[in-house]
Amino acid sequence: MSKVKINRIKDTIFEYVGIGSTLIGLVVLAIFIGNILVEGLGRIDLDFLMSLPSRKPERAGILTAWTGTAWILGLTALIGIPLGVSAGVYLEEYGKKTRLTSIIEVNIANLAGVPSIIYGLLGLEIFVRVLNFGGSLLAGAFTLALLILPIIIVSTREALKAVPDSLRQASYGMGATKWQTTWYQVLPAASGGIMTGIILALSRAIGETAPVIVIGALAYVPFVAQTPMDEFTVLPIQIFNWVSRPQHAFITNAAAGIIILLFLTFVMNGIAVYLRNKWQKKINW
Amino acid sequence: MGKLKEKIIESLLAVSGLLTILTTIGIIWVLFSESISFFSHVPLSDFLFDTQWTPLFVNKQYGILPLVCGTFLISIIAILVAMPIGLTIAVYLSEYAPQKFRRVIKPLLEVLAAVPTVVYGFFALTVLTPFLQKFIPDLGSFNALSAGIVMGIMIIPLVSSLSEDALYAIPKSLREASYGMGATRFQTAFKVAVPAASSGIVVSVILAIARAIGETMIVTIAAGQRPVITIDPRDAVETITAYIVQVSLGDVQHGSLEYQTIFAVGITLFIFTFILNNISFWAKKKYHQKYE
Repeated sequence: MSKVKINRIKDTIFEYVGIGSTLIGLVVLAIFIGNILVEGLGRIDLDFLMSLPSRKPERAGILTAWTGTAWILGLTALIGIPLGVSAGVYLEEYGKKTRLTSIIEVNIANLAGVPSIIYGLLGLEIFVRVLNFGGSLLAGAFTLALLILPIIIVSTREALKAVPDSLRQASYGMGATKWQTTWYQVLPAASGGIMTGIILALSRAIGETAPVIVIGALAYVPFVAQTPMDEFTVLPIQIFNWVSRPQHAFITNAAAGIIILLFLTFVMNGIAVYLRNKWQKKINW
Repeated sequence: MGKLKEKIIESLLAVSGLLTILTTIGIIWVLFSESISFFSHVPLSDFLFDTQWTPLFVNKQYGILPLVCGTFLISIIAILVAMPIGLTIAVYLSEYAPQKFRRVIKPLLEVLAAVPTVVYGFFALTVLTPFLQKFIPDLGSFNALSAGIVMGIMIIPLVSSLSEDALYAIPKSLREASYGMGATRFQTAFKVAVPAASSGIVVSVILAIARAIGETMIVTIAAGQRPVITIDPRDAVETITAYIVQVSLGDVQHGSLEYQTIFAVGITLFIFTFILNNISFWAKKKYHQKYE
């Protein structure tokens, strides 16, 4: 066989290897999810959603877990969004190339690489002990807000960067101040991109398990949280607790809990991708 | 009046930016202050060189080596899964795949990274381990292998998207020159594009390692909690992160030596990831300069 031919064959083989590699992770994930659906789908009913935890697997439900996740989602958003977006706006619109801004930039990149369990240790010491929040929803939300801050800041900056300068110049030309320009022109134009980042960050937050375990969220909470100072559990912790029990009926419960958690995660990611595509089409000025 | 308002707003925004620096200071301060009291009871040399980790037993020994060994064993397995697959995907998507396929497949790959890690832990324990036991009879129900493989699947998108960015950054002219010489796509990819993007690809692998050693739930659920020094992937092992969870779940008194151990191992983990992240920033800066 001539060398040219061998090279052509290699080229074609790699094409198939490439397609195979691209699909293998997704296929494995699909098998996993199929398995979970078979195991857990039959367990999901209104009782499962509205029941308190129990030592008997067939009576146990996820009411405290999903309400805890809802609380955490709301509080984390309340704390994380204003802080993250403001920091992004400052760095992109206000921060001149000073030493301070470049230190902040390097610092954010570093924070994004810190393992989430380390944020748990930070939250345990600062929010649980020093500020005395205890193992409350508030301590959890502050910890997770710090965890997702780098994601929100980076995506805010990218969205702002995509807004053309002519828009700012036009606004200044009309006599608007820096803040008026940012608030009335730049932020609305960048809103699609910013929203995408926020939703992805929040979806990350509700899936986190390790940091909330470290700050002392409990596996067994027999009541629905009423105020941000209440103790709490979240879906991932409830799932983790069920996974670590020997009886098979709890594994079924875990699978059912996972279906709910994955549903939330995929819906949020889907919305984010949709917003991103829509916004990217619009921003082609 | 208006000017004052502008100033106030600017300062408020700056404060949010400074908060990120406070976070870093907070992390370092918390880890250091608790570790210092730990090391006033346990000599650093014991911590670094002792081969037993038994702080929760009666006979307490504080050698971190077993935890470090478990952490790296699982990370290596994960990288062995994620690197070949992730790199192949990157090369395929940047050099072969049609635009349309890329646009559909990239968000789908991101799904792999979006699945919560507790879910991956469940997969490793209840699906992959029983499956592997059919082929490896003496595989325990908790083992490093299964946890490592599943972690590898999780970090595929990290390797593939960063490597693809690196390949994307190479000037088109390099490829065109190669095609002009009659090279195939395969030859162009592996003899021109990949070498030119090598520093970017190295960055993606380093970041993947950093991600793997900080991963917690998969290893806590599926790898067991046995701190031993071993390189056998069939064994149950304990990682640094899994130990922190183990202590957090128990009834450990605040201020006790057991409590301080999680900060001592935490700072070790932080140092590892900090070094890896900074190597990657440095390498990234280098390759950005190369083609600008």
